[in-house]
Amino acid sequence: MNDEKKKVKPTGRMMDGNTACVEGALRAGCNFYAGYPITPSSEIMNLMARRMPSAGGVFIQMEDEIASIAAVIGASWAGARAVTATSGPGLTLMLENIGYALATETPCVIIDVQRCGPSTGQATRPGQGDVMQVRFGASGDYETIALAPWSVQEVYEMTGRAFSLAERYRMPVFLLTDELLAHLREVVDLDTDVEIVERPEVHGVPPFGDTRTNAPTPMPRFGTGEKLLVTGSAHDEWGYRRTTDPAVQRRLTERIASKVIKDRVELAEVEEFHTDDAEVILVSFGFSARSSHAAMRLARDAGMKAGLLRLKALWPFPREAVRRLGSSAERLVVVEMNRGMLRREVERVASCPVQGVHKTEGEPIHPREILDVIQQR
Amino acid sequence: MDIGEYLRQEVMPTPFCKGCGHGILMHAILVAIDELGIDFGNMLFVSGIGCAAWIPSPHFAADTLHTTHGRPIAFATGAKLFNPELDVVVISGDGDLVSIGGNHLIHAVRRDLDVTVIMANNRVYGMTGGQLASTTPHDRITATTPGGNPERDFDTCRLVLACGAGYAARYSVAEPVNLRRVIKNALQHKGFSFVEAMTICPTQYGRMNKMPVPSQMIEELKSLCISGTRAQVMAGDAPEGKVYVGEFI
Ligand SMILES: Cc1ncc(C[n+]2csc(CCOP(=O)(O)OP(=O)(O)O)c2C)c(N)n1
Ligand code: SF4
Ligand SMILES: [Mg+2]
Repeated sequence: MNDEKKKVKPTGRMMDGNTACVEGALRAGCNFYAGYPITPSSEIMNLMARRMPSAGGVFIQMEDEIASIAAVIGASWAGARAVTATSGPGLTLMLENIGYALATETPCVIIDVQRCGPSTGQATRPGQGDVMQVRFGASGDYETIALAPWSVQEVYEMTGRAFSLAERYRMPVFLLTDELLAHLREVVDLDTDVEIVERPEVHGVPPFGDTRTNAPTPMPRFGTGEKLLVTGSAHDEWGYRRTTDPAVQRRLTERIASKVIKDRVELAEVEEFHTDDAEVILVSFGFSARSSHAAMRLARDAGMKAGLLRLKALWPFPREAVRRLGSSAERLVVVEMNRGMLRREVERVASCPVQGVHKTEGEPIHPREILDVIQQR
Repeated sequence: MDIGEYLRQEVMPTPFCKGCGHGILMHAILVAIDELGIDFGNMLFVSGIGCAAWIPSPHFAADTLHTTHGRPIAFATGAKLFNPELDVVVISGDGDLVSIGGNHLIHAVRRDLDVTVIMANNRVYGMTGGQLASTTPHDRITATTPGGNPERDFDTCRLVLACGAGYAARYSVAEPVNLRRVIKNALQHKGFSFVEAMTICPTQYGRMNKMPVPSQMIEELKSLCISGTRAQVMAGDAPEGKVYVGEFI
């Protein structure tokens, strides 16, 4: 009896991925939401509208996605832990201001509930076509952090993690889910540890890093007498606009890239299943990794040595893990709901042959489709 | 207080062209703030992209947020909603606020967001080389309308009044005392307030429209502006080639 009780954790609650996203954000201290409705992310916004006031935060529906991310960035500089949620087409509208957040080192979280595209595509159907949009969508040169949960539990936890990474690295952090995860209902344990990175109040410190190191400096806040100069134009460590000085621009692009690159190995989290003896290793993320996991089990049951490398973060890309498994396995098979975005990255580093299972029709990839490719020789 | 104390002296002089009206507006804003005795340290100046967006950034020795083209009001919305204690003022150009950024402007008015928006209307895109703005008067020459502007222009005060603005005013930099007075009133207004400063860009608009000398443009502003009421602005019945100025409340 007692044991039975333990199995059902007292904090466990049945919820879908979009709800878990809201719970995770609020748990991480999120106190500002600005957004614009778009399927399949809208439930996040609807729930935020109901939850935010009692959580003591601010909710606002803006006039479009450009304004939503702008408001998020403005709020972040006013001291908020700010978030917005959208899907592919909305993300496209946000890109210019995401570039602004990168250049101004503004912490914020962007949840992208992917649907099948391009363009309006299939609004209610899943896709994983924003892999490159989050990586290279904004203009100029930079690095990104994009987390990719595969369960509702992980949506909850990784939303919290996105907030702490945004604060720690002072940059926009993406959480990439999809229509399937958004509407999948699973039991979630809400009582997990969430790291909350506080913003220390500092005065008289250059807001954009000291000139010697590229480490992020504490995020300052408007209204504290700092006379902050914030600009998306090339700027020095105090925020002074210096738009024709090569050294200033070089330092800025170096800064915003190297803070991610420096911790790449730690940020590029992966999970491995049966990779030790695997001859064929599936490489996947998000919901497609669930199909891959099922396919791996089917293959193992049939006596085939299959494994799975699941990417918990797409960016920075886990180059080391892919390289290692690419030399131990005979083949890598990338499984994703796009025409090979992740596969390109895998091919760049793997020494073995790389195949793919790709689907862009708004349907999840069935384990049998993956098994077929595992069985091909 | 000496106006110089509101400025970051290390960035002076401003990068504006000789005879640009943006300096007159900058002075009017700072004098208005000084006369009201507003705590400059609690002010946040948000601007977009353009010559006018450089009025506060980097010159004002307060918090400044120099954003993306057309979006300053949306950025300001987030900052103001999260910290309502901040005194938020948006200062930007006509191209920025009503051409590319028109959508954010009308929605901020509709929300009655408690910020003051000061629009420097030089009737052109100064920074990018004198192209057509949605505020360029009919028939005027710009880099992209070499044969004259075939379109109508926006009366931005009329636009914001139609959206329900509680405070809108317009004066030109040729009347700095009136301009300063309405900026003061706008800063004191609770809720959305809008000031349109009709101004001059001798380098682009002036040269293309046969007024290369700044004083010619000031003369043009003087003959252009006639005083009008809220009802007249909303009726949109200004005589051909004239613009109503005044406090439209
Ligand atoms: C997204 C984007 N599009 C275009 C530009 C180029 N641009 C810079 S300033 C400007 C026009 C500014 O005009 P206005 O706001 O009237 O300011 P002014 O220079 O006349 O004071 C444009 C089109 C830009 N910076 N960003
Ligand atoms: S281009 Fe026009 S608006 Fe810009 S600084 Fe020169 S005169 Fe002023
Ligand atoms: Mg202009």
